[in-house]
Amino acid sequence: MTNGARDENVTLEALCRGDVRTCARLLTRIERGEEAVIPLLQALYRAGGNGRVIGVTGPPGAGKSSLISCLIGAWRRRGLRVAVLAIDPSSPFTGGAVLGDRLRMVEHGCDDGVFIRSMASRGQLGGLARAAGDALTVLEAMPWDVILVETVGVGQNETDIMRHAAVVVLLQTPLGGDEVQAVKAGIIEIGDVYVVNKSDHPAADRTCRQLREMIARGSRLRPDRDWQPPVIKTQAHLGVGVAELVDAIDGCFAHQNADPEAARRYMSDRARHRIGEILRDRLDRRLRSGDEGWLEGSIEPVVSREKDPYTVVAEMLSRL
Amino acid sequence: MSAGQGKKVIVSMIGLDGHTTGGEIVARILRDAGIEVVYLGCNQTPEMIVRAAIQEDVDLIGISSHASNYGQIVSLVELLKRNGAEDVPVVCGGNVPKHQARLLIEKGVAAVFPPGSGADSIIRFVLGNARGATAGLCVNGEGIA
Repeated sequence: MTNGARDENVTLEALCRGDVRTCARLLTRIERGEEAVIPLLQALYRAGGNGRVIGVTGPPGAGKSSLISCLIGAWRRRGLRVAVLAIDPSSPFTGGAVLGDRLRMVEHGCDDGVFIRSMASRGQLGGLARAAGDALTVLEAMPWDVILVETVGVGQNETDIMRHAAVVVLLQTPLGGDEVQAVKAGIIEIGDVYVVNKSDHPAADRTCRQLREMIARGSRLRPDRDWQPPVIKTQAHLGVGVAELVDAIDGCFAHQNADPEAARRYMSDRARHRIGEILRDRLDRRLRSGDEGWLEGSIEPVVSREKDPYTVVAEMLSRL
Repeated sequence: MSAGQGKKVIVSMIGLDGHTTGGEIVARILRDAGIEVVYLGCNQTPEMIVRAAIQEDVDLIGISSHASNYGQIVSLVELLKRNGAEDVPVVCGGNVPKHQARLLIEKGVAAVFPPGSGADSIIRFVLGNARGATAGLCVNGEGIA
C-alpha cells in the first residue's frame, strides 16, 4: 500500500468516526481546490449518504441563521447530531468576506454534537459555494443525523439548493412584497416547507395567505408531487413556531419515504446534477491549467470582432 | 487578486465585552484586504472561540478588547495550546494599557494593536503572521510601543 493510500484510509476512518478536526482540514483543502483530495472524495461518496440534508434559504436578514439555531436546539434535545454548512457571499472586488452566520448560533458553541462551518461563496452564483457539493460528500459520510445547509441571502433566482437538499425550507418575511412577488417564477417555487419569520408583524397573515394561494396554484404544475408544502409562522428570536416547523420537516421526510418512486426520482435528479457540476468544474480547470497565455491571445481578436467567441470555444474544446 | 486570498480569520469579542464597533471595523478592513472573516460577535467564551477556530480551520484569531478582560485572552491562548492549535496566533486590539499589552505578549499573544493603529499595519501583520504565511514577513509585537 502506498503512503498516500494509507493516509487516505486514516483520514477516511477518522471521518467515519466523526473526527471534527479532520473534517475541518479537509473542507479547507476542498475550498482551495486541491486535486489531491479527489480519491478521498471518491471513497467518501461511496461510503456516504448518511444524514438528512435540509436546505434553509431566503432573503438576507430574514432570520435563516437564527432559525437554524432554534432547529439545532430542537434536534439536539432529541439526541440527534447536527452539522451546519453556512454560506455567506464573497466580495466581487477583493474576494474577502464577513461570515456572520455562526454568531447567531452562539448557544451551540460548546456542544460536541454540533459542527458549524462557515463558507464564503467565492464567486458562485447559485446561492451556494463551489465547494458545497464536495463538503456535503464529506459531511454525509460522517455520523451526523441532520445536515443543515444555509444558503447566502438569496434574491429571486438562486435555486441550486434544491439539487443538494432533500427538503428545502424557504423563509420569507412579512415585508417580502405584494401578491405579484408571490406569482413570480424562481426561488419562490422551490420550497418544501414555507416559513414566514418575524410573524409578529401585522402583515404576516397576509403573507401567509399569499403563499398558500401560490402553493395551491403551483400544485397543478407538479402533478408528480402530492406533497402540499405547509406555511408556518415563526419568530426565531423567541423560538415561536419552531416545534411546528420541526414537525413539518419530519412530515416532509416521512412523505418522501412513503413514496419510494418519488424518492428515487429525487436521488437521480440529485446525482445527475452532481455529475454535471463536477463535469463543469473539471472542464473549467482543464481549460484554465497552463493555458492562460493562449486564452489571452484569443481575447483581442474577439474584442475587435475579427473572430467570434463561438470559434474560440470550439478551439478550446478541440484541445481537450 | 487580493493579498489576503485564501486566508481565513476569526474576529471576536470575548466574555462580557459588548463593545462591537472596533471588531466590526476591523472585520471590514480585513474583508477589504481579501480575507475571509468569521465574525463571532459578543458573548464568546475562550472555549467557544477555540472550538470555532478548529471547526472553521482559521489561520489567526483577532480579539477586540475594551473591557479589561485580559485574563480571558490569556485563557484563550492557553486553551489553544492544550488543544494542539498553538499554530493559530492570537492578536488583540483595543484600549489596552501598555503594561497590560506587554504582559499579554509575554503570555503568548502575537501582537496588541492600540487605538490609532493604521489599517495597513493591521493587514500587514495579519498577512505576515497568519498560519501558513511565508516566513520572513513576521513582525512580532508590532504596534505595541
